[in-house]
Parts: sequence; structure tokens; C-alpha cells
Amino acid sequence: MKQRLTFTINGNPVEVYVEPKTLLVEVIRDKLGLTGTKRGCSDSSCGACTVIMNGYSVKSCSVLALQAEGAEIITVEGLAKGTKLSPIQRAFLDHGSYQCGFCTPGMLMSATALFLENPHPTKQEIKEGIDGNICRCTGYNSIVRALMDVSAGKYKEED
Amino acid sequence: MSNTKYSVIGKRVHNVDGPAKVTGSAQYTFDLTFPGMLYGKILRSPYPHAKILNIDTSKAEKLIGVKAVVTGKDTLGKKQGIWRRFPELCDEEILCRSKVRYIGDPVAAVAAIDEETAEEALNLIEVEYEPLPAVFDPMEAIKDGAPQIHDGVEMNININRHIEWGNVDEAFEQCDHIREDYFHCSSQAHMCMETHCAVSHYTYDKKLTVWTSTQSNYYIQALLADMLGMREGDIRVIKPHTGGGFGGKFELDSAQFCSALLSMKTCKPVKIVLSREEEFTATKRRTPMYYALKLGAKKDGTLLAKEVRVVTEGGAYTGMGATALYLTGFFSSFPYRYPNYRYDGYRVYTNTAPTSAMRGFGAPQAVWAGEQQIDMMAHDLGIDPIEIRRKNGHVPNYEVPGQAYIQSCGLHQCLDKIEEFVKSRGKLPPNTGIGIAAYGFMSGGIFNWFDTPYAFAAATVRISIDGKVDLYTGANDIGQGSNTTLSMICAEALGVRLEDVRIHSADTGICPNDLGSWGSRETLMNGNAVKMAAEDAKKQLLEIAAVKLKPNIVYDLDIKDCWVHFTNRPERGISYYEVVKDAIRAKDGQNIIGRGYYTPHRKGMISPAYSYGVQAVEVTVDPETGRYTLNQVVTAHESGTVINPVGIEGQLEGAIMMAGGYGYCEDQPMDDGKILNPSVADYKLIRACDMPETKILEIDTYEPEGPFGAKEAGEGLTNPTAGALGNAIFNAVGVRIYNLPATPEKVFRALQEKKAKEKEAKK
Repeated sequence: MKQRLTFTINGNPVEVYVEPKTLLVEVIRDKLGLTGTKRGCSDSSCGACTVIMNGYSVKSCSVLALQAEGAEIITVEGLAKGTKLSPIQRAFLDHGSYQCGFCTPGMLMSATALFLENPHPTKQEIKEGIDGNICRCTGYNSIVRALMDVSAGKYKEED
Repeated sequence: MSNTKYSVIGKRVHNVDGPAKVTGSAQYTFDLTFPGMLYGKILRSPYPHAKILNIDTSKAEKLIGVKAVVTGKDTLGKKQGIWRRFPELCDEEILCRSKVRYIGDPVAAVAAIDEETAEEALNLIEVEYEPLPAVFDPMEAIKDGAPQIHDGVEMNININRHIEWGNVDEAFEQCDHIREDYFHCSSQAHMCMETHCAVSHYTYDKKLTVWTSTQSNYYIQALLADMLGMREGDIRVIKPHTGGGFGGKFELDSAQFCSALLSMKTCKPVKIVLSREEEFTATKRRTPMYYALKLGAKKDGTLLAKEVRVVTEGGAYTGMGATALYLTGFFSSFPYRYPNYRYDGYRVYTNTAPTSAMRGFGAPQAVWAGEQQIDMMAHDLGIDPIEIRRKNGHVPNYEVPGQAYIQSCGLHQCLDKIEEFVKSRGKLPPNTGIGIAAYGFMSGGIFNWFDTPYAFAAATVRISIDGKVDLYTGANDIGQGSNTTLSMICAEALGVRLEDVRIHSADTGICPNDLGSWGSRETLMNGNAVKMAAEDAKKQLLEIAAVKLKPNIVYDLDIKDCWVHFTNRPERGISYYEVVKDAIRAKDGQNIIGRGYYTPHRKGMISPAYSYGVQAVEVTVDPETGRYTLNQVVTAHESGTVINPVGIEGQLEGAIMMAGGYGYCEDQPMDDGKILNPSVADYKLIRACDMPETKILEIDTYEPEGPFGAKEAGEGLTNPTAGALGNAIFNAVGVRIYNLPATPEKVFRALQEKKAKEKEAKK
């Protein structure tokens, strides 16, 4: 039996009807067409589906869609403000912190959630913040360098 | 690294695909949907070896929402393989008709209106199997009486390879010291973040378009055409953004083939995405190998002879495994000047998931075994490990007898840099050790077992009225950054800015035929093709500019930074954009089209160029538990002229994650042919907190065969880490690990054994 679900995603209110077993990632990708959020494993081990829910990073393959009732969700599509990229996105560009790019949306969301909680994380805190996200291409260090620069205030929000 | 004579090359630029990738707008095959699209699923064998007696699909076909079911009966009954020149090595039906050979072999596929219905339909397909005795270890599979996996293949030997030069037996007699050692190399999963997937759309006009996550859209086009009985030109293969490849995505796979068959039955787009479990169990993987090495040296450390015998676990089919067998033998001689060398390799069929190419392509196995043995030899002779490598290492213009001709080679500079690093560390804390490994790697393969009639690499450049350059290449950017590197080469060669170039890659409908991205081909081979195409276009522009600028015969014109000028008086010239307008008008309004291609000729047997490096791995081991940390990895590396420095850093660090994982934790244990850890939760790999500090010491070299002097830069870096780690563990706590991966558990057991022996000796 489908049930009504309402929440906001990237600031936009949405209303969908979902089965109780439907996962949040399925709603985001399949119903809302926001394909920036990826799936890499389906057992919450790879982090590719990471989104921000009520200010915290969650793996959207391990959240039932109905658990998001009333929630505020941010996906990778919600990071840029209009044409302005977020500081973390710009740092990723400068440091080449992505290669195939498939893990990048999840990585950006884990990093964004980390900075929401702690605007100036240390290197170790950064590593721990992205430890749940697998990147098979970069070896993580370029991501850590980018986030260290964000932590040091080298990237500001653009007006 | 920096080079002022270039305007684009060597600069730190944003990846041309970067903005799409950091905003989530990059579309992968995984993301594609089309109106009316069906979803496909594949039924796979639960048996490692069995006859198929009957497949009944009638119940599945009746399920509401199911639109098509296919089995081997719906195919042309052909077998395919990427070694097309050797029909006996084309041994894979993809949809098995009469026999399955590993757990995961496809037997049927379903297309339905959604994934759930397709999944449900799979459960309704009844397959009657007659299980056959199976064999999983290649050493068992070559024995008399072992189950025969492919008809007519004696001792299950799929292919053998022999490489020899000098007189090995005589040379061993002249050696002061000989070592014989045995190693084993485990399996490794590519673990691409995007699993294999394809959307195939066969339309009523009898044409097929396939969007797929691949490293070579041309191979997929050609192999599909053969398997489906279509003309190559009626199949268009497009590679959208691709979530990693690492060697695992350039053979025709079950998602591509089954989705195409299902679409031909329905004339609807059919999407198949392999699950992560299928990705682990039913796609190809790194080749496990048994390695036996005999190494002979003079007292002074001169290496006189090496003999290598290898048996590889082939799994059920050939694929690219035949190439890995050859390359592991060739790279076992690297990077040393052995006057006498012999390699015998056997690839043996087993009832396990097929093994094939993976980043490093046989070389990481060779380095794991060979670089540990070199250290053991140095230890026996009382020679410094760096010194023995220096004494025997490749040098520029060295010929590997009968095999390869080395032009640029920076191995000795790399050794010097690593020696400086090791010395700078001074006396290490207890239970800490640094191990080194040296390596070399190819810049694309010369071999043509695919039997392509086309040039190995090709590119087209099209210039439009506003000076914008469209670059068309068959290179496949799978994350390694070829779109950026090739755009940079194009911009430099033509004399325009990077932002003037727009790249179109990996679409057989619009790009020239090209072998794709594997074996470190792209920078050198595609780079040469792109450079030639850009220079062809430039020449056409300069012919027009010459009319205006009227150069004297001694003057020469060139373009740099969008300025067409006299080379000896660069301030005199005209704008590139003006010349483009004039040129297009002068050519009856035609676009300026430049064409380029590259096929290596008379460059030996393997590759036109080789890159070199030396890596130092530092570990600290807890002697009580065997647990160890990778403290840092320092790599001295040369890849000719550096085109894209950001790209190289990423390749290096990424290689350490993958090759460090190969050495440290990645494994695919099996029980009766069943992979026991087919999930990301259970397949352990290096995560951010485990990742060591990394440092690159870039060495300047210039490769005459490469575009602007560039050569291979990313794949070879996967070679040294496991071997260097093995040496580091030995240097830290005095135990030698022979079987990959060198897990803390193995270190613990080796330490226990060492303690027991020491105790015994005291008695």
C-alpha cells in the first residue's frame, strides 16, 4: 500500500507516494530524477548515496523513504547556489579531488555535513568524516588537501 | 615539472569534466532512462561446472510485465573473445547453451517493465542442470584426470607463453649465488564504483545504439556486431561518463550482450545494471598466479640469469587473461638488464570466475615476487638493496633482447632520489621498516591480437568560424582524465587556449575508430594522434596566414596562445581567430578539419615507450599482533614530459590506494568456486583513515616517441606497492610474506614461526 510522503529537497517541497519498503535513494533518483546521488553497493558500505538529512549526512540506501517525512534533504544538486559553486565544490575542482566522479556526490555531501558540524576540522577529523565513502580512483589524499584548504578558510562562499 | 616553453602543457588546470562531476550533473550509464525503457536482469549459474539439460522459460514469459526472455537458444551460438586473431581463445558464449563453467555464468536474461518484475521472472525460469566435477586450483586442473572445462583443451591449459634470451642454463653455472623462491598472488576485484551497465536500444530501422560503462566503445561495437550478426556500422556504442574501469571494462560483458539481445526482441530500450554482488562474482578480476623464480648473481651483485615459471588461475574463460600471462613474463625481467632470461607461463582454466586484465596487467604480480627476491639476493650477498638495483637497472637506449627497445629511462635518477629519501629518514624507530621496489611499465601495447584493421589511435579536429575547436577521439575517459590530457595536447599543438577546445570522445557514431583506453595507451598513442590532427589543422591555417604575413623562406610561422606569428619575431603576427575566419572563407566555407592517427611500427614486441619508477613504503609493525600501519609511500617517478600534473598526482595516489590494498587487505577467498565476500561490506579495501601519506618525486625525462615527450603515467604506478610493502615488513620485523595479501594475520603467523625457530635454535 503506497503512502503519502512529504519533505523538502534542496529547498523545494515535494509530495510523493511510496511503498513502505521504498528507500530514500530510490525516491531521490527514480521518482525525483535527481541522479547526482549514486548507488554503489546497497548495503550502506560505499557512501555513494550520501545525502544530508536534517543537517546530518545519511546513506540514503539505508534510510526508508517514509523516515524522511517532514525532513529537509540536501543532495549534491543543492550545493551550488544558482551558478555559484560551494567552497567545497571549488576546492574539489582546484585540487582534482575526483577522477571518475561516481563517488564525488556522496563525498561532497559527507564533507559538507562535516563542515556544517565543524567549520574548521583537523586533518584527522576530515579523514574520519569521509571514511565511510569509498573512492576507488583518487586515493583520498587530494580530497583531504581540498578540505584542509576549506578548513583553513581559503575558500569563501561566493555572493 | 614546469615548462615555460609550453602554454598549456604542464599547467595545473581543472579537469574538463570537473564542473559536471562536482555538481552531480555528469550523467553515467547508470543514470540514463528513456521513454518506454525496460529493465533487464540476468539469471546465473549456481554451479561451478554443470551441463545444462533444459531451460524452461514459459512461466517467466507469462508473468505480467515481462516483455522478453532470452537464453542461449536466442543467440547465434557463437563464442567470443578479445583475442580475435586466435579463434581457439574466443571461448565465451556469454549466454551458455549447453554448459556452465563457473558460479555466475549467465544462462538467461529477462526484460520487464521494472526491476522487481524482472527479478521475479528470474525465479520462474527453470534450469535443469547436471552438475559435473569441478576444479578450482590451476595446480589441480593440470593434473591427469582433472575435470575438463573446455572440450579439446588438454590439461586445461588455455595458453602458454615462452620468452627467452641468452643461455640461461650456462649462465646459472657461472653464478656465485642462486636463489629459488616461490610466491603466490591473490585475486583482486576492480571494484569500480559504477558497476557494469548498459542501455541497449534496437530500433525498427534495424539499428542498435548501446550506452555503456566501458573502456573501449570500439571493441564493444565490433564484438557485438559479430555476436549479433550485424554490421559494425549499424551499431553505435556511446560511453557516457564512466565510473571507473581499471581494466575490468573493455571486454564484451553480460550487461551489454543481454541488453542488446533483449532489445532486439522488443525494439525497446533495455537497461541492465549489474548488482554489486554480480560485479564481484560474475565479472572479471585480477589474475591469481603461482610464481617460481630462480635468480643467479655474481658476488658483486651482477645479475646473470633469471628463470621464471608461472601458473595462472585462468578461471572459466580467456578474455584478456592471455595478455596478462604474456605481460607478467615480460615484466618479470623488468627493470633489469638480465643477459640471460627465460619465462614459461601457463594459463589454466578453472571453474572459477574468469580472470583478466586489471590495472598493471600482470606486472604487479611480477613485482610482488621479483622485487622481494631481489632484496633477498641483496641480503644474501651483503649488498645494499638500492645498489643492486643501480648495478643492474635499465638505462636509456637499452634493448631488452628481442623484445623491446627502451628510449627514455629515468630509473637511475629515481633510485638516487629514493636513496636520498631513505637516508633522510635516518635511524628508524623500532619495528619500523622501509622497503623499496623498482618498476617499469609500457605506454600502450603494440600487439594486435584483436585484429583491428584500423589505426590503433585516431583523432579528428574541426575548427569552426569562431575559432572553437572540436576534438573527436576514440579514447575513453573512465576517470583517468584522458579528456583533459588530450584537450591539453590539442590546445598546445594547435596554439590555442584549453578553453578553445571542446572534446567529444568515445562515441562510435562520431569519433574515429580507436582501440580505447587500456594498457596505458591514451597519453602516448591517443596523444600522438591528437597532436597530428591538431598540427594538420594548424598547417591549413598557416597556409592561409602566409598569404597575409608573407613570410620569407627563412621565416617560419607558428601559432601560440591564439597568436599566429613569425617564430623568430613573435611580436609580429595576427590573431588566430582572424586567420580562422579567412581560412574558412578561403575554403568555400568548409570547416577546417585536421586528421591524425597513430600505430606503432617497428618498436619491438610490447610497447613504443616505457616509464620507470622506484617506490619506498614505510611501515610500523606491532610485533605482538602483526598489525601494521602504512606510514608513508614515497615514489620517484618519471613519465616523460608531464602533460597534466594534477592528473598525475591523482593517478599516483589512487594507484597507492589500489596497489596498497592489493598488498595489504584486498582478497577474494573462495570455497568450491564460490567467492565468499561479494559485498562492499566484506571486501576490505583502503579507506581514508588507512591511506598513508604520499609524496611524489617527479623526475624529468623526455620520450622521443611520445607527444611533446610524454609517456605512460598512471597504470605503472600500481606495480611497485605490494612488493615494496613485502620488503618493508621484512625490514621492520624480519619476516618474509610470500602469499598475497600480506595481511596482519599472515605477519602474525610468520612472527610466531620465527619466534619458534629462534627458540629451537637456542636449545
